[in-house]
Amino acid sequence: MAKLIAKPAAGELLPVTIGSLTLSDMPQERITAIAPYPGKIEAVSNALERLGLAFPAPGASQQAAKARILWAGRDLAFLIGAAPPAGLGPIAAQTDQSDGWAGLALSGPGVEAALARLVPLDLSLAAFPEGATARTALGHITILLHRTGAENFALYLFRSMIATAIHELETVMRALLARASL
Amino acid sequence: MRLAGKGIIDRGQTVGFRFDGRDYTGFEGDTLASALLAAGVKLFGRSFKYHRPRGLLSAGSEEPNALVTIGHGAAQVPNARATQVEIHGGLDARSQNRWPSLSLDVMAVNDLMAPFFGAGFYYKTFMWPRSFWEKLYEPAIRRAAGLGALSRKHNEDHYEKAHAFCDLLVIGAGPAGLMAALAAGRAGARVILADEDFLPGGRLNAEVEEVGGQPGAQWAKGVAEELGSLPNVRLMTRTTVTGAYDDGTYGALERVGLHVARAPKDLPRECFWRIVARRAILASGAQERMIAFPMNDRPGVMQAGAVRAYLNRYGVAAGQKVALFAANDQAHRTARDLAAAGIEIAAVIDPRADAPAATDWRVIPGGAVVGTKGRLGLSEISVRTEGGAVEKIAADCLAVSGGWNPALHLACHRNGRPDWRDEIAAFVPRPGMVPGMMVAGAANGAFSTAAALAEGLSAAEEALAALGRKSAKLEAPRAENGTQNFNAYWQVPDTEGRAWLDFANDVTVKDVKLSAQEGFRSVEHMKRYTTQGMAPDQGKNSNVAALAILADATGRAIPETGTTTFRPPYTPVSIAAMGAGGQGKGFAPQRFTTSHKAAQERGAPMIEAGLWYRPSYFPRPGETSWRQSCDREVIAVRNRVGICDVSTLGKIDIQGPDAGRFLDFLYTNSFSTLKPGRVRYGLMLREDGMVMDDGTTACLARDHYLMTTTTAAAGQVMRHIDFVQQAFCADWQVRAISVTEHWAQFAVAGPLARELLNSMLDEPIDAASFPFLSCGMVKIGGVQARLYRISFSGELGYEIAVPARYGEALYRDLVARAESFGGCAYGMEALNVLRIEKGFITHAEIHGRVTAFDIGLQGMVSEKKEFIGKAASQRPGLSGPEREQLVGLKPLGAEKPVTAGAHLFDPGAAPVRENDQGYVTSVCWSPTLQSHLGIGFLKNGRARHGQSVRLVDHLRGIDLLCEVTHPVFFDPDGGRARG
Repeated sequence: MAKLIAKPAAGELLPVTIGSLTLSDMPQERITAIAPYPGKIEAVSNALERLGLAFPAPGASQQAAKARILWAGRDLAFLIGAAPPAGLGPIAAQTDQSDGWAGLALSGPGVEAALARLVPLDLSLAAFPEGATARTALGHITILLHRTGAENFALYLFRSMIATAIHELETVMRALLARASL
Repeated sequence: MRLAGKGIIDRGQTVGFRFDGRDYTGFEGDTLASALLAAGVKLFGRSFKYHRPRGLLSAGSEEPNALVTIGHGAAQVPNARATQVEIHGGLDARSQNRWPSLSLDVMAVNDLMAPFFGAGFYYKTFMWPRSFWEKLYEPAIRRAAGLGALSRKHNEDHYEKAHAFCDLLVIGAGPAGLMAALAAGRAGARVILADEDFLPGGRLNAEVEEVGGQPGAQWAKGVAEELGSLPNVRLMTRTTVTGAYDDGTYGALERVGLHVARAPKDLPRECFWRIVARRAILASGAQERMIAFPMNDRPGVMQAGAVRAYLNRYGVAAGQKVALFAANDQAHRTARDLAAAGIEIAAVIDPRADAPAATDWRVIPGGAVVGTKGRLGLSEISVRTEGGAVEKIAADCLAVSGGWNPALHLACHRNGRPDWRDEIAAFVPRPGMVPGMMVAGAANGAFSTAAALAEGLSAAEEALAALGRKSAKLEAPRAENGTQNFNAYWQVPDTEGRAWLDFANDVTVKDVKLSAQEGFRSVEHMKRYTTQGMAPDQGKNSNVAALAILADATGRAIPETGTTTFRPPYTPVSIAAMGAGGQGKGFAPQRFTTSHKAAQERGAPMIEAGLWYRPSYFPRPGETSWRQSCDREVIAVRNRVGICDVSTLGKIDIQGPDAGRFLDFLYTNSFSTLKPGRVRYGLMLREDGMVMDDGTTACLARDHYLMTTTTAAAGQVMRHIDFVQQAFCADWQVRAISVTEHWAQFAVAGPLARELLNSMLDEPIDAASFPFLSCGMVKIGGVQARLYRISFSGELGYEIAVPARYGEALYRDLVARAESFGGCAYGMEALNVLRIEKGFITHAEIHGRVTAFDIGLQGMVSEKKEFIGKAASQRPGLSGPEREQLVGLKPLGAEKPVTAGAHLFDPGAAPVRENDQGYVTSVCWSPTLQSHLGIGFLKNGRARHGQSVRLVDHLRGIDLLCEVTHPVFFDPDGGRARG
């Protein structure tokens, strides 16, 4: 009988600490893409109430005890950390993305400066507060960016590109460390 | 010569460096220019065209002469301005455009030929024969003329790009900029203050004057320190704002590691910033202009302001005996400052009859410099006095001031044209030329320090009001408020000899006049005819004077003559900085499948398919060419079983009550009739009726489908679906999302495929319960998997998909089992052979210019429904015997390979374009059929099966006859896949 071993997306590449910043992989969690059908956002919000969540506004997220939901595009949100509640079937498309999107956590003092090298968005706390999300670019890679703290970001990206993402981030982290040594 | 007690350099810190192979020392705070000038170096370079000896003209970024090459080998940087290069340990600079050495340059023979080398010389002389231009004349001219060179080696150095955002971007940290940044910073706005210099202060560091009761440089230092302490202010020194773009976006180049001794390996040399600012204040100052007089390009002839900068900032006397030639009061400070430092003033020559008098040195009112002497440096000037007599005066430095040009370039980057102001004889920015940008200080024509401070402050107040912020209620400190008392004075009249305007490109007054005379009267034409303003300094030192002379030559006023177009960048930006992040791995993301490591372990060379890396073939010991491996893999699939990672194919999950209807609208054929558990092949057209993509779509459950796209078109199809859904079906109850990355999917193909699968599935399948073109859920070791019975090889085939985390494990297990069944893993080469034998198409065939009719799939184009591309596909000319149609090609005499890209002709026809009958798209050696095979498109091809065509590959020199066949070479009735 076959037995399949699960492998993490980043393999042995992580975690890595360079200077004040640490890049690590997020624990693999259940990710479900929830896309309400036209006119059904409110109904989806009602269904999500069971998890203590609502469908997030564009660029926002919701956090509950065991799960969170991140806005991820037009009429699209990623529910992370919990199974989707019952009753969504007729009102929203639900797609398992747990293995498609890998999560990276970047944290530490200077995290905004690091991301400023790769992400073309204003990530100051005033413009991109804790909980904010954006579909944006990390260099050439499209990502879903989520601010989890003043000095903490989560980056979700296609699993196949994780080696490149780590390489790009490490390059930036090393350059910032070199700048700090001046 | 260095003067004791002068300047704001750190005399406690001696710095050694090299220039042209000689060792020098300077002090911390010196530029290469100031340190060399202190060491008595006057000669810095050779001019572009005539190879004339040249020295420093300026002390800033506008320097046209002192361009040097820094560093060696791949890392060398050409055309660095010595006036901006900071000396540091390890600095090795070299002069440019000379051979064998700077002081003895044999190409200086060009200068003797100058009478022949006027504007337009090359165009007129090297016209004929035409073919000689590219091969002979241009390379020869380029070698003789020029700037520094690139190494032509791959540069491994690190460059960087970054983004920044602010409420207010202040460009320039002179008095206006510092005042603006201070006002906005104290008011709490997010401020970026950028300055190209390493020391904030601008002219305050170069002049002897007081601001707020303290020396100007001291005031600047204090303000910079305060700004540095404010968390909402980012002070970016060594950062040149190079361009103004749409929506408040500015480009800026920061020198990060170029001035650092023993820079750490990871330190970027430069960083290219994209700054998005809600408001901007341009406080970029002004550039002093020269006066055109004969032989005004001699080393030692400098801007008066530069002479003061070297004296007051760096404590360096530009000469022992200095003359001043200026037509404005402000420039007379030069004599004052030099005399105070004990330097002898040879004379002050002022063309104005009412020039200010002086007691301590000689003033020649109404005078003009009409000539200079000195081979590699100035030794004497000729002065014409008011009466007309010419007097020789010994001097080793001539400070010149023809007034100042506001540095308004950035204000004009959106194609705005500046206004002319007569009283300062200069162009000034017009308000609103760049939305959200205000201009303050000298850049706006306000030349006194008091006016600059006041304008900086009021611009900041205006910006704060626009940003909805309260003013911090500052007052500008007291400062010098002198007037210019200015006369426009472009050239010394009635002189003979070459008078330079554009030092960098060797353009003289005569050239500009010649241009007007030859009919190039528009300023844009003059620029291109003479090359004035086209050198690295982009005319900063010469534009206004050149157009003043053009205006004079054409009898027009200066504003009527107008300026040329100001374009980014303000100063040169290295391509390495603009392309930062795109080097090496940064060029494009690498997409790796879950089986990547396992394939690498088997020694598989990778080929790139889009961004994906896919194994080409899996070599085994003893196999010496890819063909051996490929043939073995094909035979294994045909006879046993093979495993191939097909995860890279696009997978799009489509759900919703309207999903079937949506698929009907996307595909040419019907999908709403597809039952759960079944799979159908589909064809998708673009709006213009051409084939966009093909693939299978599975009905997983009611209202739930999984579409498969080709690897190449996965992104395109997803984008197409998003567009169609949003633009045409926005109210349909349907959603689509890519799940390509969630599923690792493997083809299991070959007669033993089912046997292999059953050896690992928790519950086995059989032919009846899982027929051809069916799909369903299975389990492997408890893991839910999706199984599709589809085949791209023509064999009994399945594709099995598991969540990506299990991909590697499943692949390794599948390959191990295949090997125990006498099969193997197969790569892209074998996959290609298998599909060509079966006549299956890829994007080599559906390349964007073929219709469903062309590929023989017109039967899949539904008559009964509407779908994207239907109307356009029915246009005349898109079907019929005149179309090139998909055919198979078999060489007559199988030894000769057919080649992709070859063209097809009638056997008797000459192989020329007019006789073209079609072309070959895909080829292979078929180990199954023991023949070379090709598929391609042939005019009326379906009616020509059995005929022969001539295949000619003009590039590879192949010419052979082929038999036209049905495109399906192997198992035409498909019994093997269905069995």
